[in-house]
Amino acid sequence: MSEPILEVTDLVKHFPVQVGVLFKRTVGHVRAVDGVSFSLARGETLGVVGESGCGKSTLAQVLMRLERATSGSVTFEGRDIFSLRGQELRRLRRDVQIVLQDPYTSLNPRMTVGDLVGEPYEIHADVAPRGERRRRVQELLELVGLNPEHINRYPHQFSGGQRQRIGIARALALRPKVIICDEPVSALDVSVQAQVMNLLGELQTRFDLSYVFIAHDLSVVRHLSTRVAVMYLGKIVEIGTDDQIYEHPTHPYTQALLSAVPLPDPEQRGRREVIRLTGDVPSPVDPPSGCRFRTRCWKAQDLCAQEEPPLVDRLGHPSACHFAEERPRIVPTSA
Amino acid sequence: MSTVYDGESGEFVPPQEIAAAQDESLLQVLGLQVEFRTRDGVAKVLNGVSYHVNAGETLAVLGESGSGKSVTAQAIMGILDTPPAFVTGGSVTFKGEELLTASAERRRMVRGEGIAMIFQDALSALNPVFTVGFQIAEQLRLRRGMGKAQARAAAIELLEQVRIPHAAGRFGDYPHQFSGGMRQRVMIAMALALDPEVLIADEPTTALDVTVQAQIMDLLAEIQRERAMGLVLITHDLGVVAEVADRIAVMYAGRIVESGGAREIYRRPGHPYTVALLESLPRLDLKGQQLNTIKGLPPSLTDIPPGCPFHPRCRLAQDICRRQVPEPVPLDAARSSACHFTGELMDRV
Amino acid sequence: MSDPTVAAGEPMLEPGADLGRDDSGRRQDRPRSLGGDAWHELRRKPTFVVSMVIILIVVLMAAFPWLWTHVDPNAADLSRVRQGPSGQAWFGYDVQGSDVFARVIYGTRASLLVGVLSTVGAVVIGGIVGILAGYHGRLTDSVLSRFADIFAGMPFVLGAIVILMTFNAPGSNPGEVRIVTQVVLSIAVLSWPVAMRIMRAATLVAKQQDYVKAARGLGAGPLRIIVRHLLPNTVAPVLVYATISLGANIGAEATLSYLGIGLRPPVVSWGVMISDAKDYFTVAPHMLLFPAAFVSITVLAFVMLGDAVRDAFDPKSR
Repeated sequence: MSEPILEVTDLVKHFPVQVGVLFKRTVGHVRAVDGVSFSLARGETLGVVGESGCGKSTLAQVLMRLERATSGSVTFEGRDIFSLRGQELRRLRRDVQIVLQDPYTSLNPRMTVGDLVGEPYEIHADVAPRGERRRRVQELLELVGLNPEHINRYPHQFSGGQRQRIGIARALALRPKVIICDEPVSALDVSVQAQVMNLLGELQTRFDLSYVFIAHDLSVVRHLSTRVAVMYLGKIVEIGTDDQIYEHPTHPYTQALLSAVPLPDPEQRGRREVIRLTGDVPSPVDPPSGCRFRTRCWKAQDLCAQEEPPLVDRLGHPSACHFAEERPRIVPTSA
Repeated sequence: MSTVYDGESGEFVPPQEIAAAQDESLLQVLGLQVEFRTRDGVAKVLNGVSYHVNAGETLAVLGESGSGKSVTAQAIMGILDTPPAFVTGGSVTFKGEELLTASAERRRMVRGEGIAMIFQDALSALNPVFTVGFQIAEQLRLRRGMGKAQARAAAIELLEQVRIPHAAGRFGDYPHQFSGGMRQRVMIAMALALDPEVLIADEPTTALDVTVQAQIMDLLAEIQRERAMGLVLITHDLGVVAEVADRIAVMYAGRIVESGGAREIYRRPGHPYTVALLESLPRLDLKGQQLNTIKGLPPSLTDIPPGCPFHPRCRLAQDICRRQVPEPVPLDAARSSACHFTGELMDRV
Repeated sequence: MSDPTVAAGEPMLEPGADLGRDDSGRRQDRPRSLGGDAWHELRRKPTFVVSMVIILIVVLMAAFPWLWTHVDPNAADLSRVRQGPSGQAWFGYDVQGSDVFARVIYGTRASLLVGVLSTVGAVVIGGIVGILAGYHGRLTDSVLSRFADIFAGMPFVLGAIVILMTFNAPGSNPGEVRIVTQVVLSIAVLSWPVAMRIMRAATLVAKQQDYVKAARGLGAGPLRIIVRHLLPNTVAPVLVYATISLGANIGAEATLSYLGIGLRPPVVSWGVMISDAKDYFTVAPHMLLFPAAFVSITVLAFVMLGDAVRDAFDPKSR
């Protein structure tokens, strides 16, 4: 594998839970991200999947340096992003961009499309001279499949999919190397979702982009990712290539997650193995001891409560389970 | 139409008896039209929607946002806000009784006891200032004339039926004290309180995580089986539909564009929109799949294109599609498709 | 092979060659800002039109009083003291024998001036403090909010009496500019916490929005975020409050003048006139009723305007 562009080591982000009005008292911590490590190669897409509360969105915030990490490090092209200052930090802002989930709240309703897509050039005035900005904005709109003549319109005059294209154009303006996609298509209808996914794929090839693609929809992640990390309660439980995760999952949580995804094919009814988890995800304020998944796991034994399973490679790819094993017929193999 | 398309032989054949299926229908919607009158103009939200559901059957109403699938459900329940919404035509019958012209009193009786509904957002569908037990028991006291203790026992039993752990202990909890999945169960318990014959579930699992979604869908399927209820499942999720539906009605721009048995539709879709939906869906079980997008956007309901509403996005569109609204063509006893070129489309497979 | 529709190797329909260019041409071509939409909405509202007509008249009365009457408001003729309304003097004469109509017209300016300036003062102070408290949060927010609570806790009339009495000993006769300034400042100082709270709440909401996150991700500094992203999205509720409070402040001016601690002769204002009339209500009710009616109508107009503006800015009400 080539030199990673983004490397995350033992990343931890805890949010204090505070009570009190004037004098706040910390009564606990939400352990949103609790020791996450991975690396992202140039031109690669790393999918991050997990259910709500698993810490995947917090991970995006920390990778963008919108939140400071509690501990651990994130290096971009070999340099720790939390130690960057001034000019170097501005450089990072150009190289790492984000596309957010909700196309209705991620665009300032009081700004025109031209202002929105042109704002990166105002903040980073050295990228494009003033006179050239309008042309560049129009090029970007063209690039993401919007009509460049709509530069003076406001976001509410566009549909959800079009707004997401505006968000993508804005993220592309500074020619970033990495784009963090935080659930970019989950708010869109199926027919529009496919358009945006194809656009993201095309842009990746064209500009040699690396994506961290965060989503809860396993099918979407499979379609776009080269590697996939599965998160549960702030930790990565299994990580591997597309095939390893989808065709040979070894962690019980990954297996349960895949088994729960309904397939759009009535012929598969009753032919798949059904794993139904009981209960809900425990609170990240007070996660279970040992393995965090043990409270919902059908394989759990005493060992699981006592000892946290490390994320180690025993069956071809890393999986954080004491009793990791493959299980057939989770996802039926189609042509 | 004087002939019917036969999916088996691939030929048009004389019409068969198709009325039989509808006689036993528990709930039947026929040619329903609803418009929203706003200051920006009249939005034709439903333009003649027809479907039916029988006892013990699951009908999935599939459509993207703005297709009118939720409005149909609200029109059936009689809970549309008027204004802006006005029912301008069609009929809704429950066990043969017309609901649209029934008295407000009668409709209220049918709601809950005949047809009950559950919603996507359980947190806003439950009243935050009352305990969930009180909300379920209150219905039983008002509508079934139960005493306090009796209603309490019945409510706890309902909570147990939807598998809420320690149901008796959670009777006095408020909605916000439940997790998303548990709240959805509470709402299902509430909908079941008056023992309805039809349950309309409007995107019941859209807000939930995939493992919880699976639990709720299992629960709904089981309850439906046990009580032999008719279930109308409104969703945009082609996966959920494939797992539970007996029949499917696909909606687009306020019309049913295709309806029929779930297996048949997935195996051999009869409308270009259904085809395109299936081809634009990323799949868990396919690697390196090419997603075929549907160009453009669904039409604005204040300005639906003439002819077939799908024609601006359709790759099969011809002149006739721009001029003439395609009527639903029966393909066999249970299937129909509203496309001028259904025959050609299906022959290509 | 499980699903022929997708897995058949060749899709039934030709694959989309392009990225599915969106055609948004069907939507209106005219660029519409939210403000533009609000204006469009407002023009059709009867309450807005009626309140604007009244406010326009009041403003014209304040700006060009001589257009409305040729009578000198300070001209006194003791032979006509407290005469009731007549064809010659529509609103009658006051205790000095001055024309009440002329005085009402000329009194508009001081009343409106106090109302506008005190509102602007309160909104500017409150707006700045509110947006800073909301944006910075944590300790800054706690300190600023508690500071505002101190002012909000003071009863309005009592506070104004204390302030104005401190600066002007009973019996003293401060100059026109000085007393107007003092009244404006006392009203502003006692009412800014409301604007502050509204602004703070709006900022807290706006700050959570993804577009602020997105701007931070681009490297935008605090000033840009406040000016470009927060302010345009938080100003609407404060504007609505300002409109309603403008009317209330005109009423407050009248209250203070009535109590004898606000504006006083030779300044003419509606409050001063009501104050002058208080001892003669039973014998000459017209002296009180006409200026009081102007206060009421003006306050009502601003409240109606505020209501209409709020509805127009609130997309949910559409």
